[in-house]
Amino acid sequence: MKFLFDSDTWQEIYGSIRKNKVRTIITIIGVLWGIFLLVVLLGAARGMENGFKKVFGDFATNSVFVWTQRTDTPFKGFQKGRRFRLDMNDINALQSEYKDEIKLLAPRNQTNNLIIHDFKSGNFQVSGDYPVLDQIQKKKLISGRFINQNDILSYAKVTVISEDMYKQLFDKDEEAIGVYIKINGINYKIVGVYGPSNGIDLDGDTAYIPFSTFKKVYNRANKIDWMVITAAEGVDIEQLESDVLLTLKSLHKVHPEDERAFGSFNLGTQIAKFMGFLTGMQFLVWFVGIGTLIAGVFAIGNILLITVKERTKEIGIRRALGATPKSIRQQIILESVFLTTVAGMLGIVFGSFILFIIDSTVGSGEDAALVNPTVNIPIIFIAFATLIFLGTLIGLIPAHMATVVKPIEALREE
Amino acid sequence: MIKIEKLHKSYPIGKDSLHVLKGIDLHIKEGEFVSIMGSSGSGKSTLLNIVGLLDVHDEGNYYLNGQVIKDMNEKKAAILRNKFLGFVFQSFNLISYKTALENVALPLYYKGINRKERLEIALEYLEKVGLKDWANHLPNELSGGQKQRVAIARALVTKPKVVLADEPTGALDSTTTDSVMDLLKAINDEGMTVFVITHEEEVAEQTKRIVRLKDGVIISDELTKASKAV
Repeated sequence: MKFLFDSDTWQEIYGSIRKNKVRTIITIIGVLWGIFLLVVLLGAARGMENGFKKVFGDFATNSVFVWTQRTDTPFKGFQKGRRFRLDMNDINALQSEYKDEIKLLAPRNQTNNLIIHDFKSGNFQVSGDYPVLDQIQKKKLISGRFINQNDILSYAKVTVISEDMYKQLFDKDEEAIGVYIKINGINYKIVGVYGPSNGIDLDGDTAYIPFSTFKKVYNRANKIDWMVITAAEGVDIEQLESDVLLTLKSLHKVHPEDERAFGSFNLGTQIAKFMGFLTGMQFLVWFVGIGTLIAGVFAIGNILLITVKERTKEIGIRRALGATPKSIRQQIILESVFLTTVAGMLGIVFGSFILFIIDSTVGSGEDAALVNPTVNIPIIFIAFATLIFLGTLIGLIPAHMATVVKPIEALREE
Repeated sequence: MIKIEKLHKSYPIGKDSLHVLKGIDLHIKEGEFVSIMGSSGSGKSTLLNIVGLLDVHDEGNYYLNGQVIKDMNEKKAAILRNKFLGFVFQSFNLISYKTALENVALPLYYKGINRKERLEIALEYLEKVGLKDWANHLPNELSGGQKQRVAIARALVTKPKVVLADEPTGALDSTTTDSVMDLLKAINDEGMTVFVITHEEEVAEQTKRIVRLKDGVIISDELTKASKAV
């Protein structure tokens, strides 16, 4: 290994590289292109993944939404096409039966109402919710707070509105917290204003009021519109979905194989599909990137082979002057490694530069396709190490070729 | 210094083989200035290659500096070449992208001498061949005679036991031939064994001993007038 730190070794390599400028440049471009592609593709894939993650945002991604429709099978004396409603008994039953599997359970009631503040008004969704909703879909509160347990218990007439609603209903810079707005003719005190959420937004612009208040005001008794269930850590969300549906079917006297009675949307499954797609894409990126890299390294081997042929005579002279086959081999391998390393570094630099440009042009803004396209440093190191390893390996071929020719034959070459 | 007994060498040509050296006996003592004469195909280059450890013989014995040369691997041969032998070629064989000085210093690199010392020694030898002022010129900026003198400096730089010159004047005109031969003579006068291969009678006559080869055998081996003059 001593020869690596010998300035003479590098002097020799510098000499032979300087002599063969064109092939050096071509060689470098080959590998540079490979690692450049790898870096850019990986970065783009990462950017895409980040983009997806941004869409999912702060939403609990292992969630299932469940609502009721009409039955499609007669069961226990009921005709098919029966309408029915979810109610709080279902919630209680699910909560006790799936204590360990269900992490969060949010019953929801929603309607649309005219909301009035002073002389401004607008039609918005009104939603009766428990504080738990804030855990399922994190609300970005600009000011104030979300519905809390006290509001529920005291049937408080409080509401949390969105920033857009605030802009429609209030003048610029007007204080909203503590101010009363009229929803369906009843005064509610604004306790919080939330901004647009990152990614998936379940409700859009909605005035959230306590679930209990909603129940009373809109006379819903025990009935609920739909529910959101999130699974506990490590629970198969798909399994939970079918279990919950089966339980609900038995509670509502619905045929166990009734496909239409309950509607459900499994966010976890949908996201798993996206993630599968991303994994597939990443695999493709690695495949293409590494393939290109190997092609580049082979180009180096190829070109070194040609140069060795070109330099047969020089190698012969060196050997006549006392160069051992080992020293010739070392020099050629080191040349190969040096070229791959320099090319690799340049490729990484250019690749990063392109990623930087992507990031600063299409990487920002609300609906950016590629968000924060980056490549992990360890991945770069692995790619780099692979490159050097391949460079050494491929250098062995021309190095061997250089030493199998007898010096006498090498010298005879004109 | 060089002792050869019943040396045979043949090259395979297709299915047949060409018997080039047919039992050569030659003994060259330290400090001799010997030329091998012969027409092309006489086997003189083959002999030089074997003596120079660039090729291996088939039969017979070869002793270099008292050491039996047998079953040489490339590494051993390279070390011996570097230690005992200096080469001068007809076509100079300088490395084109290295300056005269670097060319001369190259054998020292393979000897493991550090760069500073190497270049100092190389410059010393360039001065000896009268090319100190040309040290930083590339070979293509030098004349044929100058190139050959650089090559001679390179052959001498490791202080070898024997200088092997293969048609050293073959590519030179008569004036430069004389200057190169004068240089070789001067080296020999300092005690170096010089082994020249040539087909030029005038060149051979300037050495001290002429060995004539024909069809792979020695036909005559005699001292020259030059040797008697000393």
